Amino acid sequence: MIPKKLLNKSRVKSPWLIHFDCGSCNGCDIEVLACLTPLYDVERFGILNVGNPKHADILVVTGTVNHRNQKALKNVYDQMPEPKVVVAIGACGSTGGIFREAYNVVGGVDQVIPVDSYVPGCAPKPERIIDGIVLALEKLAEKGKRVDEGIFERLAGTREAISAR
Amino acid sequence: MKMENVVAIALALFLSPIVGGVVAGIDRKITARLQGRYGPPILQPFYDVMKLIGKESMIVNLWQILCAYVYLVAAILTVVLLALQSDLLLIFFVLAVGGVFLVIGALAAQSPYSQIGAQRELIQMLTYEPLLILVFVSIYLVTGSYKISEILKFQEPLLIPLALMYIVLGYALTIKLRKSPFDISTSHHAHQEIVKGVLTEYSGPYLAIIEIAHWYETVFVLGICALFWHTNVYIMVLLVVLTYLAEIIIDNVCARLTWRWMLGYVWSAGLLLSFANYTWIYVR
Repeated sequence: MIPKKLLNKSRVKSPWLIHFDCGSCNGCDIEVLACLTPLYDVERFGILNVGNPKHADILVVTGTVNHRNQKALKNVYDQMPEPKVVVAIGACGSTGGIFREAYNVVGGVDQVIPVDSYVPGCAPKPERIIDGIVLALEKLAEKGKRVDEGIFERLAGTREAISAR
Repeated sequence: MKMENVVAIALALFLSPIVGGVVAGIDRKITARLQGRYGPPILQPFYDVMKLIGKESMIVNLWQILCAYVYLVAAILTVVLLALQSDLLLIFFVLAVGGVFLVIGALAAQSPYSQIGAQRELIQMLTYEPLLILVFVSIYLVTGSYKISEILKFQEPLLIPLALMYIVLGYALTIKLRKSPFDISTSHHAHQEIVKGVLTEYSGPYLAIIEIAHWYETVFVLGICALFWHTNVYIMVLLVVLTYLAEIIIDNVCARLTWRWMLGYVWSAGLLLSFANYTWIYVR
């Protein structure tokens, strides 16, 4: 119906992101929201911050994952239609950060769902976050090609499943 | 079927989504500039819709698919009937049917967000439909016909005897275009207190269908505005452009308000303006 080249261009030019705060101290959240302000204005690239996983292409996760909110994170991820990518923001989102050894912490986002790009920093600058999202867009285009061929990645995002791929 | 009718239908079918999409793109650009931002490219709405078509189709139940398609067909039909210079009342009923199906689709899902959005959408329809009928009746009182082909034969521009009714149409237009302060059921702005209201449970290709239907509706409401100055094409275009610019400015200076305020304010202001204008028609 739509030429595949044009479709993939559209995917890259119109990423809608949903921002999920797992257990962040709000440092990363403020930096994510700073990207929407007139100074950075990510809408230049067609990026919209939507509040609905069913409309989103990119899941931006901040903060550590703990045993309580991993279900919510998984639920939000499962509600997103393919193709979709995940960006883990900050030290906590990437690995668990300084809370990694805490009794209630599972660790980084990649313990629960597959992560496509990591943005290190505590907290990362908005430029860094935009870079991380642009990196994830390349993956979105790749995944889009697979979706066009009818291949959907319905694997649970545990570490074992990711290493098995 | 006359040749010119075929041309009119073809133009309505293929030109409307292009015009509607470009208008939406310009809208986003101007909105961004008003907010001190650079804004997305003009063709952004087309990228959005194409991306949505390419996404996986996730549905809650089959009603949603039916409702999305009926909404699209109704929106296309209003534009086609307008292009064929058909009857204003017939167009009005087709528009209402489309709106009702959008609500049914939202009610088909169990999500509280889409349920609340559907209720609010119904209240919005309850608010603008009587006003739209009053506008159409006032056009009838001046020109003596509901048929657009007859209205176009009228000698003077409708804006002169129906200046206040144009403001009343403006209220209906603001609600129909989902602009602040009346964007309570869903909004084109990303974040909202009820997620995305009516559109919460529509995703992927079906959201794209609804977006395309919204482009058609944009063209339709601007077409109704254009009726108010049918004697001169240049002034007609100017009127439509100025009206849409006013809508964008209103959208950016207003906050979203409650449905109670909307119902009370729009009905009272609309009925008062209509009453004044109807009196004016009779004493002229």
